[in-house]
Amino acid sequence: MPHDHHDHLSPSGHPFRADNDHPLSYWQTMEIAVRELLIEKGVTTAAEIARQIDAMDNRTPANGAAVVARAWTDLDFRAALQHDASVATSEMGFDIGPMKLIAVENTADLHNIVVCTLCSCYPRNLLGLPPDWYKSRAYRSRTVREPRRVLAEFGVTLPETTQIRVHDSTADMRYIVIPARPDGTDGWSTDDLAHLVTRDSMVGTGLPKSPDDLA
Amino acid sequence: MPRMGSRVRVRNDMPPGHIRTPAYLRGKCGVIERTLGPFANPEQLAYRHSGAPLALHRVRFTMAEVWGAAAETPTDTIEAEIYAHWLEPADAA
Repeated sequence: MPHDHHDHLSPSGHPFRADNDHPLSYWQTMEIAVRELLIEKGVTTAAEIARQIDAMDNRTPANGAAVVARAWTDLDFRAALQHDASVATSEMGFDIGPMKLIAVENTADLHNIVVCTLCSCYPRNLLGLPPDWYKSRAYRSRTVREPRRVLAEFGVTLPETTQIRVHDSTADMRYIVIPARPDGTDGWSTDDLAHLVTRDSMVGTGLPKSPDDLA
Repeated sequence: MPRMGSRVRVRNDMPPGHIRTPAYLRGKCGVIERTLGPFANPEQLAYRHSGAPLALHRVRFTMAEVWGAAAETPTDTIEAEIYAHWLEPADAA
C-alpha cells in the first residue's frame, strides 16, 4: 500500500527523491574537467555555457506548432517546406544547425510516425527535448515492428486503408510530421491554429486537437 | 549510383564499429525514395578520420519485406537513411 510507510514518503504520498551524493562517474568527471579546461584556456566562459543551456531548455513544441500552422495556411510556405524543410524553417528563425530537416505530411491515406531506432535523434530546434518514452527501448524497437499497436497505446487508431509510414531517423536527417489540418477550422488565424498542434502530432504518435478540444 | 525509384538491397554484413545501418534492415530490399547529401561517412568520423563524402539514400521498405509473415500490416512502410556504400542493386546475387 503506497501510504503505509510514512518514513519514506513525502507529505504528498510520494517517495523522497534520493540524494545525488554518490561519487562522480567517469564521464561526469570528464565533462567537468573538459569544461573547466575550456574556460581556463579562454575558449568559452561559464556565462556562455549557461546561456546555451538556457537556450536549449527554451526550445519547445511551440516552435514546431508555428511551422505546422503556417504550412496549413500558406501554400507557398508549404511547398518550400516540402522542397527543403531546413531552409524553410531557418527562414522562420528555427535554425537546425548542421542537421537537415524533412517535413512529412499526413493525409487521409497516409500517417507518418517518427522513431530513431539507433539512438534518440529528434528535431530539438522545433520540438525541444525529446520525451523519455521517445528514448526508451520499447518505443524504439516496437515502432518499426508494430506501429499500429504503439499508436493504439497513444490513443490513435487508424483505419486499415490509411497506410502507416515509419521514419527511422538513422543518420543526418531529422523529421517533423505535418498533421492534417483539423476539420472545422476554416478561416482560423495561424496563431489560433497553432494551439491545435500538439507535440505528439508532430512526432506522429498523436493527432492535432480538434476545435471541440479547446472549448 | 542508384537513382530515385531504383530497387536496392541493403548489404547483409555485420562489421564491427560504429554503423548507422540498422541491423533489422540488413539484407532487405527497398526502393530509393530520394537521395541526400553528400555527408561525411559516419563510420570514419566516429574514429576521428575526416570521413569521405557519401550519398545518403532514403530507402522505402514494406513491412512485408522487413518482417515477413510476422508483419503487423504488410503494406505499411518503413523509410530509413542508408549510406551509399551499404546498398547494392536488388538484382545482385
